[in-house]
Amino acid sequence: MKKIKIILFVFFMAPIAVFAAEPGMPLDKAPVDTTDNASLQRGAETFANYCLTCHGASFMRYNRHRDIGLNEVDVLDRLIFTGQKAGDLMLTAMRGKEAEEWFGVTPPDLSVIARSRGADWLYSYLRAFYRDDTTVTGWNNLVFDRAAMPHVLYKLQGEQTVRIEGEKGEIRKLQLDVPGSMSPKEYDNYIADLVSYMVYIGEPAANDRKQIGIFVMIFLFGMLGLTYALKREYWRDVH
Amino acid sequence: MSKNSKIEWIDKRFPLTSNWKAHLSEYYAPKNFNFWYYFGSLAMLVLVNQLITGIFLTMNYKPDASLAFASVEYIMRDVNYGWLIRYMHSTGASMFFVVVYLHMFRGMMYGSYQKPRELLWLVGMGIFFILMSLAFTGYILPWGQMSYWGAQVIISMFGAIPVIGETLSQWLLGDFTLSDAALNRFFAYHVVTLPVLLVTLVFVHILALHEVGSNNPDGIEIKKNRNPETNIPVDGIPFHPYYSVKDIFGVVVFLIIFCGIIFFAPGFGGYFLEHNNFIPANPLQTPDHIAPVWYFTPYYSMLRAVTINFLWIDAKLWGVILMGASVLIFAFLPWLDRSPVKSIRYKGPIFKFALTLFVISFFVLGWLGMKSPTPLYTLLAQIFTVIYFAFFLLMPWYSRIDKTKPEPKRVKE
Repeated sequence: MKKIKIILFVFFMAPIAVFAAEPGMPLDKAPVDTTDNASLQRGAETFANYCLTCHGASFMRYNRHRDIGLNEVDVLDRLIFTGQKAGDLMLTAMRGKEAEEWFGVTPPDLSVIARSRGADWLYSYLRAFYRDDTTVTGWNNLVFDRAAMPHVLYKLQGEQTVRIEGEKGEIRKLQLDVPGSMSPKEYDNYIADLVSYMVYIGEPAANDRKQIGIFVMIFLFGMLGLTYALKREYWRDVH
Repeated sequence: MSKNSKIEWIDKRFPLTSNWKAHLSEYYAPKNFNFWYYFGSLAMLVLVNQLITGIFLTMNYKPDASLAFASVEYIMRDVNYGWLIRYMHSTGASMFFVVVYLHMFRGMMYGSYQKPRELLWLVGMGIFFILMSLAFTGYILPWGQMSYWGAQVIISMFGAIPVIGETLSQWLLGDFTLSDAALNRFFAYHVVTLPVLLVTLVFVHILALHEVGSNNPDGIEIKKNRNPETNIPVDGIPFHPYYSVKDIFGVVVFLIIFCGIIFFAPGFGGYFLEHNNFIPANPLQTPDHIAPVWYFTPYYSMLRAVTINFLWIDAKLWGVILMGASVLIFAFLPWLDRSPVKSIRYKGPIFKFALTLFVISFFVLGWLGMKSPTPLYTLLAQIFTVIYFAFFLLMPWYSRIDKTKPEPKRVKE
């Protein structure tokens, strides 16, 4: 009996130990809505204006933006600044070799970044840049320490610094020293649009998938009733 | 020609009606199958799903280290309903293991491996090994970080074998490291060699089953009690239509779960499609944390559990031996179990306790295999590895001394 108690204790206590051991900065919940086309279109424009300069989204085609209500003319007007065609993949303007010389790493492709990093990470990361004189770019990030990427959007967000609090310096808070052209609330919304867009390009078919899924489920539940009735009918002579 | 004369025409040239009878309309299965008996037919369903969706994936997938990752995303975006085909295949892989594990657990509960079903069980084990190889080779194909580094871990296990290890892993990879050459040959195994073997073994598995007849939750042989006039087992009912209609109902229940995952949670929170596998493979950047997909994690835990060199063999090789043994040991069940009864219903308290502990250890090891090792986790993995093996190795002893109940003459309703 004692053995069972020990086993049960270990069995139930183990998950608690895990949560205690998991490190890392707490992430903010990203307010993602991939059904809001206006928000996704704003995110797409931000993405094309800022991110595409260094990063590619090279699995995504421009004309795929029909999903979020942009036809080929809209795409040419609002998203393409490099002479590419509407059916082309969203390639970056920067060459990989040069990028590596400038940043030390090739900026990663962002097509499926929301699927590997997660929306919450992106939302927190893009709001957590702060001034740090010890880095090459002069910027650092609370979510991704010593990130090679500088704060591209600092004119919008402003400049943050980090305040260290707590007895062992374990609490680190960001404060806005130089305001940008947007209020903190505006900037949060701006990043939310961008992150929603990155979630969308991570899996453009996701909305279709869920919609089709509902019909599949309705069909299957109908079949469930029918096949159960059929089974009962046949099995009457067994019981 | 009437319908009957057409069938007669065929029957003179091919054993159609006789096979239909032998395997469906006059194959007598025990009438007391319960919930646990759905998983054999469901495994067949998933197999067909994998074969069909696999063929369509092959039409657009490119087995080339520089193109593979992009070709999967091409399927997800530019191929019509490619996302559906891909998710059916990736979800099917995980669900294959779910149904096969439940199918195996059924066999362990009701003693389905016992005489005269030892060969049936062994063929089943063969299917399980092929399935694991298919999962391993298939997981490499998207060429993401987890594909690459997971395979690296498995291949390095071959390297741990003394004397021939290094040569063996080079022979397997066709290169000194995991590269395009390996991707190409794993693709060949995954789409040709292993599926052919799997389908063949499944066919043999069913032939063996229909030779000895199905076991049942009471673990008694229905063939021993036949109607003297018809020679049909009194507790048997023809597979078709009774179990065909019952299994169709089971299929619909399964499809509700299967499609629920495909359409609403295809990554299944990172368990079916790992987050890190959406990063293209990078041989120069080892991820902080390498974890196999959930269905391999119990064995992976046991691989990592050995931390001391023992005898003249080092810890890594012991881990590999233990991991291999943890899978192979299922095959010895027919000879480890010395109980006079088959089913858990008539086995004694020791077996019930042992099986419960085994299931707990399987889950705990599975969960530990997803975590980065810490001293506490390694200790836990060691404890549960011992419990896992104790279930098998002590079975000849505890199954003999266990108090069993008498088996009934007829199956219970």
